[in-house]
Amino acid sequence: MYVAGIGLLVSVAVVLQMMRERTYADGPAVPDEVLYIDSGPVIERVALSYKTVLADLYWIRALQHYGRERLKPDSTGRFALLYPLLNLTTSLDPRFTLAYRFGAIFLAEPYPGGAGKPELAIRLLEKGIRTTPAKWEYYHDVGFVYFWNLHDYLKGADWFRRGSEQPGSPWWLRTYAAAMMAKGGDRQTARVIWRNILSTSEGAWIKETARKRLLQLDALDQIDRLRQIRDEFHRRKGRSPESWEQIIAAGLLGDVPVDPAGTPYTLNFATGEIAVSGYSPLHPLPLETIPVQP
Amino acid sequence: MRAVRFIAINVFKESVRDKVLYNLVLFAIMLMAVSFLLGELTAGQDVKIIKDLGLAAIAIFGLFIATFIGIGLVSKEVERRSIYSLLSKPIRRQELILGKYLGLVLTLAVNVAAMTVAYYSVLGYMAWKAGGNFLPAWEAPAVDPMLLKAIAMIFLQLMIVTAIALLFSTFSSPALATALTLALYVVGHFNADLKNFDAVVTSRPAAFLAKTLYYTLPNLSPLDVKAQVVHAVPVPAGYLLFNTAYALVYISALLTAATVIFMRRDFK
Repeated sequence: MYVAGIGLLVSVAVVLQMMRERTYADGPAVPDEVLYIDSGPVIERVALSYKTVLADLYWIRALQHYGRERLKPDSTGRFALLYPLLNLTTSLDPRFTLAYRFGAIFLAEPYPGGAGKPELAIRLLEKGIRTTPAKWEYYHDVGFVYFWNLHDYLKGADWFRRGSEQPGSPWWLRTYAAAMMAKGGDRQTARVIWRNILSTSEGAWIKETARKRLLQLDALDQIDRLRQIRDEFHRRKGRSPESWEQIIAAGLLGDVPVDPAGTPYTLNFATGEIAVSGYSPLHPLPLETIPVQP
Repeated sequence: MRAVRFIAINVFKESVRDKVLYNLVLFAIMLMAVSFLLGELTAGQDVKIIKDLGLAAIAIFGLFIATFIGIGLVSKEVERRSIYSLLSKPIRRQELILGKYLGLVLTLAVNVAAMTVAYYSVLGYMAWKAGGNFLPAWEAPAVDPMLLKAIAMIFLQLMIVTAIALLFSTFSSPALATALTLALYVVGHFNADLKNFDAVVTSRPAAFLAKTLYYTLPNLSPLDVKAQVVHAVPVPAGYLLFNTAYALVYISALLTAATVIFMRRDFK
């Protein structure tokens, strides 16, 4: 009797819930994501001896925020909470290595992949260095932000050098510093750094970004070769090609060239410019970097 | 000593009868559920998070047991008037206090031991799933014996909280004893701020008072080494020994105070 009564009440609750969802599909309007506490020292005190668990919760929240914002069609205010969430995570657990490294990549990464705020990435990493000054990975990541996002090769080289002076740092960090000083931001250096990030980082998103960046560097190389072919066409015919078909007909290409993600390259018939398609997952390509010394 | 043992075993049996050990089932289910769910959510940090969560859960479950059973150890006997039959037996009041305390500590020890076994089992499963006990991306092995250091320190904290609850149980109502015990637990994690109070106030008496409170109130935050063991930061044996000595001395002081108050109480 009682069991039937409880079953009935639960069923009514389920029906009411379904009716509410049908009637108010989106529910009452709620404000965007809110951060109730944004001060590291305050939350450190509130957390008592449960700081690391709270750090884990903020870490999961940061990942969810990043994942959700990445899918947002509107670009205004995107990733606005990424830095505060990572800042709180690392205040609660100052040794949370992945939170700093995740921030280094995705705070610095330009839209649409990240917040486009390299200065915040550097601030977060410097906080990590204050906590664990011997952690070479943080110096590496600051150097990387200067190199890849800010194109400041001298500062990048300096951070790589400082990282290479930390105990247990890998031998190749010193070569980064040298390469940066000698060649600035050439593709080969970038390729080596991204390969190292791919092999030394954890976390699917960081690895996915590293793989994409490596493919983009391959695409930049391919575009260089395609430009040579276009120029060869111009030399032979005395005019610019208007389509890939004309270059194929001239015997300079076997087929329409595709980028490393499998999307055909575009050839602007008016300017002759070759680029990855807007439909390609590799679009937009990173800005080309300029060597420090000619 | 026979009387103390008898009382302690009875407290343990009573807590088993009160289904206190059911929390172990909840703990195991929670950890297992979380270990299955976390993989997709944490970007490769699932072992770290299981370690954090397991240690925090051991501490929280233990805190609830220590507080809510501890505050009833004496006051319940008074409320039920069973204190009269107890005191009519050849048991000294100090034996009653010590027996009650050791009984609850035994309950906590069984709880913490069982939770530790469940905790290591889940971590073992995570290691097996990941294909090794120590992957390069991890700071420490999944099944790491160093975690026992943090668990031992949690147990010491629980012993202190039990003694605090028992002390309040000897002279106040259960509701007030709960509030005071939890308040002291919170203060115990805050009081590092009291130590440096002179840096923010100009009043010398206020600074002196803060420093006095810092040294006299229970200082629980040094006993929290969860973050260190999870991040494989070495915790020196000497530090653990100092903590253990501090906890034992502080517990002795609390139990002595509880005994003195209890001996002075008139139950006529």
